[in-house]
Amino acid sequence: MKNFKFSKRGLLFFLMFVAVLALPFITDALLGRGWVRIVDFAMLYIMLALGLNIVVGYAGLLDLGYIAFFAVGAYCYALTGSPHLALAFPQLFPDGVHLSFWIVLPMAAMLAGGMGVLLGAPTLRLRGDYLAIVTLGFGEIIRIFMNNLNAPVNLTNGPQGISRIDPVRIAGVSLNTTQSVFGITLPSVHLYFYLFLGFAALVAFVSHRLEKSRIGRAWMAIREDEIAASAMGINTRNLKLLAFAMGAMFGGVSGTLFAGFQGFVSPESFSLMESVMVLCMVVLGGMGHIYGVILGGLMLALLPEMLRHSVVPLQQAMFGKVIIDPESLRMLLFGIALIVVMLYRPAGLWPSPVRRRELASDEAAERV
Amino acid sequence: MEIFLQQIINGLVQGSVYALVALGYTMVYGILGLINFAHGEVVMTGAMLALSALTALIGWGVSPLLALPVSLMLAMAGCMALGYGIERIAYRPLRHAPRLAPLITAIGVSIVLQNLAMMIWGREYHAFPQLIINRPHLIFGAIINDIQIIIVVMAIGLMAGLMVVVHRTRLGRAMRAVAENQHAAQLMGVDVNRVISITFMIGSALAAVAGLMVSANYGLAHYYMGFLLGLKAFTAAVLGGIGNLRGAMLGGLLLGLIESLGAGYIGDITGGFMGSQYQDVFAFLVLIAVLVFRPSGLLGERLAERA
Repeated sequence: MKNFKFSKRGLLFFLMFVAVLALPFITDALLGRGWVRIVDFAMLYIMLALGLNIVVGYAGLLDLGYIAFFAVGAYCYALTGSPHLALAFPQLFPDGVHLSFWIVLPMAAMLAGGMGVLLGAPTLRLRGDYLAIVTLGFGEIIRIFMNNLNAPVNLTNGPQGISRIDPVRIAGVSLNTTQSVFGITLPSVHLYFYLFLGFAALVAFVSHRLEKSRIGRAWMAIREDEIAASAMGINTRNLKLLAFAMGAMFGGVSGTLFAGFQGFVSPESFSLMESVMVLCMVVLGGMGHIYGVILGGLMLALLPEMLRHSVVPLQQAMFGKVIIDPESLRMLLFGIALIVVMLYRPAGLWPSPVRRRELASDEAAERV
Repeated sequence: MEIFLQQIINGLVQGSVYALVALGYTMVYGILGLINFAHGEVVMTGAMLALSALTALIGWGVSPLLALPVSLMLAMAGCMALGYGIERIAYRPLRHAPRLAPLITAIGVSIVLQNLAMMIWGREYHAFPQLIINRPHLIFGAIINDIQIIIVVMAIGLMAGLMVVVHRTRLGRAMRAVAENQHAAQLMGVDVNRVISITFMIGSALAAVAGLMVSANYGLAHYYMGFLLGLKAFTAAVLGGIGNLRGAMLGGLLLGLIESLGAGYIGDITGGFMGSQYQDVFAFLVLIAVLVFRPSGLLGERLAERA
């Protein structure tokens, strides 16, 4: 009997696995060509959300400048994988730097992690909301520098951003081309989808193992009660720094992927709104719960796009013409959705079982 | 020397606006322990409402000297209603929810307000009508004009008024009591919900005034103007010690001064390497420095870590 149950579960997982693998073809068939790209971005957002989940969900440190690490990763690859540096240092790099993506990736991850430690070290003494605002300031500083470091030495090319970034290559095959495997044609967006899927799965797996590890349990102890945790012999400072560094590393990795995928980066992609968006994914989905965070990432990445595709036809059907600017209408609906979901499920859409229990017992304690 | 004085004047004017907005943040934080992220949008709404009322009234031939206070009153009333509504819809139901839940609803409210404003007033910049002759005055070579004088005087008046309300009236005592300990205040017969609502309304009224001031000073209003202003004002509130009214005022003025002096002199200091486009960096650098060396802000009390 037990065996049967296991295989049923296994079958379910297998079916889900196949469904996810076939996802780009399903969206192609059902929704149209443009959707694979949107799903690709959703994967990037999931990676970011999982990374932020380590900082906010596990360690309980509110970080509002998370997108800065994403930016660090993206600019790392943009500088070392494009002709851009030829502008700044024509003698040194006559046609720019073209390092392989796979060399830049660990470097960017380390650099972003280092930035995380650098940001964390002086600020970790701060209480929650102060930490939030300092990280917010840090994110803005990074963005302002990216915007302005085009003079006197043109390092970031300012608001115009850096373009013509090399695509990701796997074993010499550029992912910017259409490939065919076993007779199945895979356009570039499909190839990137599988790359991102792999990375997202890796990030989810690492998150899962971290959560169950000694470190993860220590993080959660810090989140629940820092003083008690430190009394139990947990080195709270180092562990909080580690949380910052790990989260930042994941942010850096997804940033590098973003730069390779997009072929273009500009400061516009790293605004405070993006940090807020990623935070919304984590909180809306269910802090500290991997499935919840993935759900949140998927929803928030896809919802605005769905609204984009539905507000115009809807208005045409109702009034015969477009009377309200679709862009603002879609953001308006998005804002309303955020409020409504939080009002009805304040712990997130899919909170972790532990967290749900804690909340329930909190309420019970308050009633007494 | 003239440049220095000019930067001081600019900083004071900008700082008084920051201070008024920062008061809204700090009052709400003091009472609820919540960052009211939508406050910047309330400022924007106030500016837009005032501007629309002003344009309409002038169009009907009302004299500018009457139109200005009337439209300010209308904007304040509108923002008070808005502040009340925001608290009622987005924050009150979540008062006992996890700490981050109201933050998300606040972000939601701010997105909603911004886009509503875009639908109503469009994406374009709205020019502020020329109402009074804005005479410039020379003080030791630096220029201050009438509008700037009015802004500073009004801001000081409002802040003084707020201090009187908070420290001398029954309502103020109730507000301080709720900030101190909600449960105890309730047991002493304070209507906590009413006090919180009123706090939001006062903060929003101040925001409306600040909105009008900003648009009068720059001659412009825009649906996106609340975002950065709100962020800076929040920075000011943290700088002074969030939850502390005097701190918000001091933080606002200081931030205004630091920004304008920093932007004015950064070119000289770095030998032309960085220019005034780094103005916004100053606000955040100062913030980080203050928090690292004095985490409770300039005037904040050192709070015991919450168990």
